[in-house]
Amino acid sequence: MKRAFPILAILTAGLLSYGLYGALVQAPTEQTMGDVQRIFYYHVPSAWTAFCLFFVNLVASIVYLWQRNPKADALALASAEVGVVFCTVVLVTGPIWARPVWGIWWTWDLRLTLTLVLWLIYVSYLMLRRFSSSGQTPVMAAVLAVLGALDVPLVYFSIWFFRTQHPQPVIGGGGSIDPRMLHVLLINWLAFMCFAVLVCWSRYHLEILRRQVDETQALESLLAAGRPR
Amino acid sequence: MTYLFAAYVATWVIHITYLGHLARGYARLKREIEELRKKR
Repeated sequence: MKRAFPILAILTAGLLSYGLYGALVQAPTEQTMGDVQRIFYYHVPSAWTAFCLFFVNLVASIVYLWQRNPKADALALASAEVGVVFCTVVLVTGPIWARPVWGIWWTWDLRLTLTLVLWLIYVSYLMLRRFSSSGQTPVMAAVLAVLGALDVPLVYFSIWFFRTQHPQPVIGGGGSIDPRMLHVLLINWLAFMCFAVLVCWSRYHLEILRRQVDETQALESLLAAGRPR
Repeated sequence: MTYLFAAYVATWVIHITYLGHLARGYARLKREIEELRKKR
């Protein structure tokens, strides 16, 4: 991954730039909403990326519960943290789009409420990891992650099975989308996924190093305590 | 257009803030590694 990192970073920068150009220039202007609809090219890919990261967190948590592999635990933490960042983007850009289109910043609609609950679940997960000093913290966090992941399909399918104020799905839900809009949407998703992989890898690497340093410091303290004065 | 730019700027502010948090984490860790090396 160390060798691939700079290549992926350059590719990500290129894709993000192309995605931004596509969103602001290439994609046609939507007839009813106008330019504000272009928020969709950041809002939707961020949501999909957050879902993918929470899925990685689920798989890593199951692997940790099964094998007690510390690397799986570090990956679960990294993916949850980066997932929360992307979910925050979703919760911030959504109301900025809703204000001019719906006339309100927020409504307690099923999709919106479930997304907020999802964000709160993963923030709780991170707070548990940050503030609990119990040796069982990784196990408790993994169990919370498995239960929290149940909210992801609820968020995704809420607009399929319930009548909500949130727009209907653009792909696979019976709706139609201009091919140029779809192209820009998918480019931005790819760009955000590459960006998420880079950030997640950096966070994972930081976590592994952090644990090694903590272990070394603990060992040093033990050795210092054992030395004659 | 104001809302559009607000959304795009907010997105990058969130990401850059997180990247800054990561960079501070790496810097803190680097200092701790240096201190450990000095102790030895």
